[in-house]
Amino acid sequence: MTLVEETPTKIAGETDASGRASGTGPSAATPAGTPAAPGASAVASATAPTSVSIAGALNAALRDALAEDPNVVVFGEDVGPLGGVFRITDALNAEFGESRVWDSPLAESGIVGTAIGMAMYGLRPVVEMQFDAFSYPAFEQITSHLAKMRNRTKGRVTLPIVIRIPYAGGIGGVEHHSDSSEAYWTHTPGLTVVTPSNPADAYSMLREAIASDDPVIFLEPKSRYWAKDAVTLPVQTAPMTRAVCLREGSDVTLLAYGSTVKTALHAAELGAAEGLSIEVIDLRSLSPFDDETVGASVRKTSRAAIIHEAAQFGGYGAEVAARVTERQFFHLAAPVLRITGFDIPFPAPKLEEHYLPTAERVLAALDTWEW
Amino acid sequence: MTDDVVVPTLPTRKPIRLIAETGRPVKGAQTAGFVLPDTDTLLGLYRQMVLARRFDAQVTALTRQGRLATYPSALGQEACEIAAVAALAPHDWLFPTYRDTIALLTRGVSPVEILAFFRGDWHTGFDPRAHHISPQSTPLATQALHAVGLATAAKLKHDPVVALTFLGDGSTSEGDAHEAFNFASVWQAPTVFVIQNNQYAISVPFSKQSHARTLADRAIGYGMPGYFVDGNDVAAMYAVITAAVERARSGGGPTMIEGLTYRMEAHTNSDDPTRYREKGEVAEWLSRDPVDRLEKYLTASGVLTSEVRESITKGAEVLAAATRDAMNEPPVLDPLELFDHVYSAERPALLEQRAFLAHELAQTESAAGAEAAGRESAESEMAGRA
Repeated sequence: MTLVEETPTKIAGETDASGRASGTGPSAATPAGTPAAPGASAVASATAPTSVSIAGALNAALRDALAEDPNVVVFGEDVGPLGGVFRITDALNAEFGESRVWDSPLAESGIVGTAIGMAMYGLRPVVEMQFDAFSYPAFEQITSHLAKMRNRTKGRVTLPIVIRIPYAGGIGGVEHHSDSSEAYWTHTPGLTVVTPSNPADAYSMLREAIASDDPVIFLEPKSRYWAKDAVTLPVQTAPMTRAVCLREGSDVTLLAYGSTVKTALHAAELGAAEGLSIEVIDLRSLSPFDDETVGASVRKTSRAAIIHEAAQFGGYGAEVAARVTERQFFHLAAPVLRITGFDIPFPAPKLEEHYLPTAERVLAALDTWEW
Repeated sequence: MTDDVVVPTLPTRKPIRLIAETGRPVKGAQTAGFVLPDTDTLLGLYRQMVLARRFDAQVTALTRQGRLATYPSALGQEACEIAAVAALAPHDWLFPTYRDTIALLTRGVSPVEILAFFRGDWHTGFDPRAHHISPQSTPLATQALHAVGLATAAKLKHDPVVALTFLGDGSTSEGDAHEAFNFASVWQAPTVFVIQNNQYAISVPFSKQSHARTLADRAIGYGMPGYFVDGNDVAAMYAVITAAVERARSGGGPTMIEGLTYRMEAHTNSDDPTRYREKGEVAEWLSRDPVDRLEKYLTASGVLTSEVRESITKGAEVLAAATRDAMNEPPVLDPLELFDHVYSAERPALLEQRAFLAHELAQTESAAGAEAAGRESAESEMAGRA
């Protein structure tokens, strides 16, 4: 797979501009959990944008959340002195101590289950599942309790828990290190599922997720951890439940999230060279789904395609295609396409390039439409 | 816990017992150094056990009458249930399972709030925060991790709060039980695990659940004290659990306690125990009944006079009547509430579905109204002709 790095400054500018512009949603609809505007100290420290990676932005978001709210705690496997296998919690244990940031025993159900008990007592745990497929031992705690407690107790018990999950492939990970498990979580009522694609969103969305009173599955595209943008932190982008238009176009709406946003932007570049005007929407929130933003784009372009790494059958793209078709059928000139992983287990590292959707594959798929 | 009680390396081979099946106090090694609670305490426990048993029988009857959807009875397990609740302070938290309903009752949850779950009104009918009781867990052993988490949070906040969770013999086979024991021990969480070994997981006997000498034997592997206790001796259960709660509260970490008891009733009303256990076995355990045993002891010690017994029985009948009355009141359910508690933030898609159901309900209502009106006019027409 050819990884073409986009120009960081350009992406940052686009994200920032569209992020603010897409405060299109009525401000009343902004969730209560939206982080407060940067405080006085942040304003004082606001300087020229610096180069920040997604990993660095996530680390900064955790640090700021820990500093701001004594109820925020961070625990999981290797998140202490090591700083996590991806270093997302780097230096937090040293800065905040063992009672705020600590290594748990190696058991994912235990991590989520104890986080639930902590949240029942007023803490706001942010826990890490080390890799996507290692979240499966916690499946029961997530689907049977985390997602259901609020409804079960008529809102008397809320669980403000963030489960951070590095997900998807593209890093040459051995088996169980490259899964895209989003459909399991988006199919579960009671969960909010979000995924950032750039450093500014990584910071802003994680702060908002931690401030949310509802449990949030926070999917981190691990192949993008080291992608850098020029960002001034702290930063507040669009509400985490809204999709954002990253690149305007008139012929096609490409819907992407997490790691495939980069693929979509790359496809838009290549398409432009061929005279195809592609609009790129970063979904950001997988549950809830932003029908409004996506609908407006599809009504403009009349064509839509969704890109994801996960397998196609019963995948997240199926829901997107169904929703767009149900709601925008009379505006559509062609069926909604899904450009996804194949319906096979995620391949071994040396074969993953054949599995992952590429910009070329996206354009080839768009060519299958009658124009 | 008295100073001379030694934290064992392995639980005693025989269950710890303070009152024998004959009703006589036990002396010597089988007490493991635990002291018999005073008679006032025991009389209080007796009263609560009698109330709980009457409630349990009433709810089982209501279930058989079809008034409730299901009810897993704790008949025969009153000593474990009541001792655990009595050992807790009001600010401590209880993490019960579906079988621990009488523990909720004893902690002060009203019958109507308890039975909303079993009648099928909502998944939980009481306010967990008001009672410091988590919703009754149906998935096995999952609630044990919640107890460990809550206890850890309390410890982090320097609050003297203990979390006690019930487990069954079957649920100790679940992975979450292991994770809960281990997390609690590593974090020294103020948690008490009360395993009610009632010897059946629906139909599967204990012998197919564990090959260990006792379940409490596991404690040593987790680095915590473990106690194997006669679960039909409320005095022993109360003494051991109270000591564990005190140890947890004073920073001594978690304790695992196995109460050996017996599930006298079927798993639920839809179960048929004659398919998997002998009548003789049930009769044998009936002779070890926890309420009878305490009654013998208290009668012999002179505090349980016929007047006292009568007043307790009267109280139990009042509770049973109140329970029946509560279930006679039809629940007021609003189908639109189905959408109201899933998320704290509004979701457009959920509002759409709520509006859909509201429309459907309105249509059904107006159709029913039209039908009734039509029938009425037809009837008056008929009457006019006559």
